[in-house]
Amino acid sequence: MRRSAVLMIAALALTAACGGEAAAPTPSGSAPAPAAKPLAGTKIEIAAKWTGDEQASFEKVLAAFEAKTGAEVTYASTGEDTGAYLGPRIEGGNPPDVAILPQPGLVQQYAAQNALKPLSQGVLAQIDQNYTPYWKELGSAGGQVYGVLVKAAHKSLIWYRAPAFEDAGAAEATTWDDLIGKTAQTLADAGTPPFSLCGASGWTLTDLFENVYLSSAGPENYDKLAKHEIPWTDPSVTTALEKMAQIFGKPDFVLGGASGALQTDFPTCVTQVYGEKKAAMVIEADFVASSATQSGAVIGEDAKAMPFPKAGDTAPVVLGGDVGVAMKDNAGAMALLEFLASKEGGDIWAKEPGYLSPNRNVSPDNYPSELTKQLAQTIISAGEAVRYDMSDLAPSAFGGTDGKGEWKHLQDFLRNPSDIKGTQEKLEADAAKAFKE
Amino acid sequence: MAALPKRQRLGPSPSLAWLFLAPALVLLAAWMIYPVVYSLFRSLHDATGNTFVGLANYGAIFSDSATLITIRNNVIWVVVAPLLVTVLGLIFAVLTERIRWATAFKLVLFMPMAVSLLAAGVIFRLVYEQAPDRGVANAIITTVHDAFAGSQGYPGARPRENDAAPASVENGAVVTKQVVRTGQPALIPLVGLSPDAVAGFAPARPASGDGLTGTVWIDTVRGGGGTVNQIDPEEKGLAGMTVEALQGGAVKATTETAADGTFAFTGLPPGDYQVRLPQSNFTAAFNGLTWLGPTLITPAIIGAYIWVWAGFAMVLIAAGLSAIPREALEAARIDGCTEWQVFRKITVPLLAPVLLVVFVTMIINVLKVFDLVFIIAPGSVQPDANVVALEMWRVSFGGGGDQGLGSALSIFLLVLVLPFMAFNIRRFRRDER
Repeated sequence: MRRSAVLMIAALALTAACGGEAAAPTPSGSAPAPAAKPLAGTKIEIAAKWTGDEQASFEKVLAAFEAKTGAEVTYASTGEDTGAYLGPRIEGGNPPDVAILPQPGLVQQYAAQNALKPLSQGVLAQIDQNYTPYWKELGSAGGQVYGVLVKAAHKSLIWYRAPAFEDAGAAEATTWDDLIGKTAQTLADAGTPPFSLCGASGWTLTDLFENVYLSSAGPENYDKLAKHEIPWTDPSVTTALEKMAQIFGKPDFVLGGASGALQTDFPTCVTQVYGEKKAAMVIEADFVASSATQSGAVIGEDAKAMPFPKAGDTAPVVLGGDVGVAMKDNAGAMALLEFLASKEGGDIWAKEPGYLSPNRNVSPDNYPSELTKQLAQTIISAGEAVRYDMSDLAPSAFGGTDGKGEWKHLQDFLRNPSDIKGTQEKLEADAAKAFKE
Repeated sequence: MAALPKRQRLGPSPSLAWLFLAPALVLLAAWMIYPVVYSLFRSLHDATGNTFVGLANYGAIFSDSATLITIRNNVIWVVVAPLLVTVLGLIFAVLTERIRWATAFKLVLFMPMAVSLLAAGVIFRLVYEQAPDRGVANAIITTVHDAFAGSQGYPGARPRENDAAPASVENGAVVTKQVVRTGQPALIPLVGLSPDAVAGFAPARPASGDGLTGTVWIDTVRGGGGTVNQIDPEEKGLAGMTVEALQGGAVKATTETAADGTFAFTGLPPGDYQVRLPQSNFTAAFNGLTWLGPTLITPAIIGAYIWVWAGFAMVLIAAGLSAIPREALEAARIDGCTEWQVFRKITVPLLAPVLLVVFVTMIINVLKVFDLVFIIAPGSVQPDANVVALEMWRVSFGGGGDQGLGSALSIFLLVLVLPFMAFNIRRFRRDER
């Protein structure tokens, strides 16, 4: 496999010239001591998908690590398609020391390719100390722990612009029917398009689907669909898509209509709500806070969030998260992961906007806003009752690739919300293909 | 003179020549021949690389509808882009010969070549933005359009969508549901305009009088509240709205609302009417074209490609043009040819070799197009804009990680490019002779 990849890269002349550039020198023989880590001169490369504000926040954490250990950490942004960035580098035998994977599905995939290194005792100790077993499970493959969840995302939120709600006389909704029939309708009547959809970023549509599905079909069906034990042609999926069509099918409800939404990526959709003040609500996770702040909104004052309303019997709590893994077995990589898994690293990160820690020992007092404190509390206390983002658990060809699988078919559904049956059939066809492999 | 010994010759020995050629050969073998052969080998295996699957990957290329779209797009690219680039290059080259600031003009046209395709993609992603306040393309189109037909009335205003609403939408016009009787003022409450949009409007007032009268107003209050379908003091009237009185489907009279939203028809006989606000009141502002939508995306990206490459074609063709013997052109002019005839009968035939080289080079280039498509097309329309080279990269390294299918696509692309390469090489050989 490795050999073939070297050749593929040469064939494509993609990165042939950069071979060996980022290889980190392994410090000679110094076993990681728990207290002081003399990593001076060690170069560590870490790759994650974050850009912009999220990257800036993360680099502060890295700076703290550098100050503590003397290591030199280089951050590489993988862009939205982490698999496409890491794939060639793994195949080329030149992976970053540490990678932050946006999907647990990738942990399984890379573990199967032997691209991941088992975590050191020091990291495992931090995980046992700071995380519930559920999170440990998410970072494991074949009984071996490879990953530590360094960042969580609360995906069951609807962000809204409070002044728009006040102007229209709209109120938060607790049920889906109220959201559509009252909140959104009131806003539309008052001349404000209720929703700014980020249709160009397919994952935002899968997040919406997951909340509606978890709520309307219940956790048991959710688990089954996530493992593809029930087909996407199941009537429970029909129900969820019908509910989504209540938004997608009304041009008054979507800023720019379906065509405009499909050209709008994340975080532009957030800017449209808080910066340009063109729409009232954006359905996405807690990390909207970061973009909203950048657009000039104050979290808790004009930028507020409501829990995703119940579209059925279950109040949905869908989580996402980023898993840190070691791709090279060296002291620097392990020390960095240990730092990220520790209370110390979590505390530093927690002070930045748009960050939620799954670490139960990170004190909620660190969070810069009241809202984040509450969200952190719900994640920690919900424990195993929550569900992890379904598309991130699926093989990435189905649940995590631009222009393919679930992303594509939900985008097509946004374009043509009347074709529920066709959407389900296409989803099922691609899911069957992806889960078979 | 004695014959030279057999082994003696002019120039270095073949072994020395081989020595000097060796580095190039090694590099060629490592970076060209081996990868091609290995890709061919790899394309006959499945995603893991362990199982031989014969031609199944090639079968997959032609049976998967998404891949077929990439082939269709490549065909569009090959048919349209090289021709346009060559023709534009020719036009620029011929015209720049005749102007004063030719060098400056050429420099400007050639400038895009200095920009990386990736940066060009980012630029054009912005150019093609839908909102005219962000995208230059739509800004130009809407400005031109609005110069001829400005938007008017109240786009977005509409009646409430429920049974209690006194009016409803029919074919884009707002029509009262009940008959309106003379002497009984009609109420036509509308919604859908924001409080800010109507902030400066005069307050709505109930109409009065014996004739056919009524009020058209925005039935929402900042902060909510207000009585639905009733005129509240803080609600605003809609001025200048065209109102039609209908009887039996025929328009009997037309009037306009006053500043407070009231209207009154004068000189209508008493009776039962329907009141209609025709569609012209609600014409939405023209918002430009959806460049980044599924229909226009490929032409839009081809436009960006032409922006980059037209200058290159111009420079090559201009070089060819300067090599044309002037006498031929002058002789034709003296013989009484028009400029158009000179261009068609003399310039183009003499330029044909250069034009052909540019054209074929562009075809090869276009077949491999990747970056512009990757950058300009938003995620939601990537499947519609996809081309073979991008699909090859996606299936190999993005998501699926199926390098077997990816290799098959790369070989397919190679097969497409080969005839044009062979053609170019043969031309070069002939030119050398």
